[in-house]
Amino acid sequence: MAIVEAEGLWKKFIAGDIEVEAIRGIGFSIVPASFVSFIGPSGSGKSTLLNMIGCLDPPTSGRLLVAGQDVTRLGTRDAAAFRGTHIGFIFQDFNLLPVLTVFENIEYPLLMVQNWPVAERRARVEKMLAAVGMSDQGHKFPHQISGGQKQRVAVARALVTRAELVLADEPTANLDRDTAQRIITLMKTMRDEFGTTFIFSTHDSKIVSNAEVVFTLEDGRLAASHHSGEAHA
Amino acid sequence: MVNIVKIAFRNLRRYQRRTLLTSMLITLGVVAVLLFLAVSGSFKNMMIGQITDSMLGHLQIHQRGYMAAIDTLPLDRNLDAQQVALVENLLSEHEAVEAFSTRIKLGALFSNYTETTNIRLNGVEPDRELRTVPLLLDRVVQGDKQGLLERGEIVVPELLARGMNVGVGDGVVLVATNRDGSVNGQSFVVRGIVEGVTGPGGRDGFIHIEDARSLLRLEDREVSEIAVRLKDRQQLEQVMAAIGPALEAIRVHPDRPVFEVHAWERLTPFANIARMIDLMTVFIKVMLVAIVLVSIMNVMVMAVYERINEIGTIAAIGTGPGKIHSLFLVEGLLLGVFGTVLGVLLSLVSVLGIGAARISFDFGQQKGLILDPILYPGDIITTALIVVAIAVLGSLHPAWKAAKMDPITALRHV
Repeated sequence: MAIVEAEGLWKKFIAGDIEVEAIRGIGFSIVPASFVSFIGPSGSGKSTLLNMIGCLDPPTSGRLLVAGQDVTRLGTRDAAAFRGTHIGFIFQDFNLLPVLTVFENIEYPLLMVQNWPVAERRARVEKMLAAVGMSDQGHKFPHQISGGQKQRVAVARALVTRAELVLADEPTANLDRDTAQRIITLMKTMRDEFGTTFIFSTHDSKIVSNAEVVFTLEDGRLAASHHSGEAHA
Repeated sequence: MVNIVKIAFRNLRRYQRRTLLTSMLITLGVVAVLLFLAVSGSFKNMMIGQITDSMLGHLQIHQRGYMAAIDTLPLDRNLDAQQVALVENLLSEHEAVEAFSTRIKLGALFSNYTETTNIRLNGVEPDRELRTVPLLLDRVVQGDKQGLLERGEIVVPELLARGMNVGVGDGVVLVATNRDGSVNGQSFVVRGIVEGVTGPGGRDGFIHIEDARSLLRLEDREVSEIAVRLKDRQQLEQVMAAIGPALEAIRVHPDRPVFEVHAWERLTPFANIARMIDLMTVFIKVMLVAIVLVSIMNVMVMAVYERINEIGTIAAIGTGPGKIHSLFLVEGLLLGVFGTVLGVLLSLVSVLGIGAARISFDFGQQKGLILDPILYPGDIITTALIVVAIAVLGSLHPAWKAAKMDPITALRHV
């Protein structure tokens, strides 16, 4: 079963008197545990598509299945609950909460979204800290660590709930070349370890070259799709 | 909930200066209200005490219609002996009553043998009168203060004594018109000079009740009024509720009750000042509400707009609108609680300081009254609850805005 399946997906915005068609009848399917990249010029609809897959923005029409559930018409609360259970997010600017330590940032989805018991929660966070190589940094606050470390924490936060799907919008844009490569390697390792599907919206050629599936968007349409390898099960 | 409080607390700590400034504003408001309550409450209690304990008593009982005609001091509206006995029995049985005193009020001509003027008098039983209005002796500015007076003696109001050039030990004559229209006169010796106090009867002189009866040729043991002192003034409403209906039920005619009962505030214009103090307290509280509301709303709106991106992040990773709402509500609540606790502590210290400073003031003829501010737990609790409730109320709209924020728009916010 596909982790993401889209059929005839449309997204229209009204900007003043003008109707803008950001996504125009897209259909695709993504298998679990794959490394997928959406590429295309600015305004091609990459971020809009990622927002729809992430249940942040409902499609205008069409059908969208994520983790086996039809998310086309989810309400605000149901969408939040669905995201908290099935989807992780990695942002270009890391978006860690500045008042929480590294440990607490990773713990946040288990604590504030999924209400895990304390012992299991701590064990899971420590495991994720170890997985991203940040075991000795848990007590630090985001302003006390580097950009690369912040993105490692963001990866750990996205994966701590065992989300089946992680959406990453330009995750390496604010990182230097070496750090970006290490983050990509980390995400691949995480994919291999946890079987998580990673979907990127990116311009970064390193991510694109690592992706097993590359979808090219142009003017809201799927212009091309390229499969370079098999996804890991 | 603990985690929401933890995050809210850390966010407040994150903007330390703003948190401190807002809290100080709330603290100032709380201190202003509590100090006003403590000082004005003390002033009010002292003034009420002066008036009730030196003149009026806490309540008075008359024959129905007497108060409406009190300016003429009508002798035909006195309570007769049987009615007095009824009232005395009722009062004696009531636990809250500490003492009561019967009075005959009359108007007379006052002569120093060379000049004559009008005088209003209270014929009183000295011992009972002093138990009912124990501060009366404090108003005696000249003369023997051991007991109010004996038969044949008069205590003269200060202004009249000055005008008529009368001093302690002088002989004077009182001439009164009796109920039947005849006139009677009697000699008295000035026992003391009494200073005035606000309210009806505040400039009256005093003679013994038996002298009043003799002067007025009253054969029955009738009286004009019965003044009552309670053990605790706060029980006034309760006592009024108990004895009022009991006296109301006694009627000579189905439509006409015999007695009328008046609480002290119906007998003196000072009650209006007391009510004005209460009204000012309400206004001060309204100002406090405005201060808290504006400062909390301002700071919480800023908190929301400064953290739009964070709101987008936590919403994206699955935090429900309810929890986001709670995060900001708790932040406002903590600000309110912090400001209130600080305000209450500062107020308590200030009240102790004012008490220790022994600030004195004058009220009417009363000189050198010491301000003794008291903060009642009820006032502290009420003020604290108002502030905390308003803090939460002020946070409602910003919190609602945060909870309703579209995650995509919020994440795009720079």
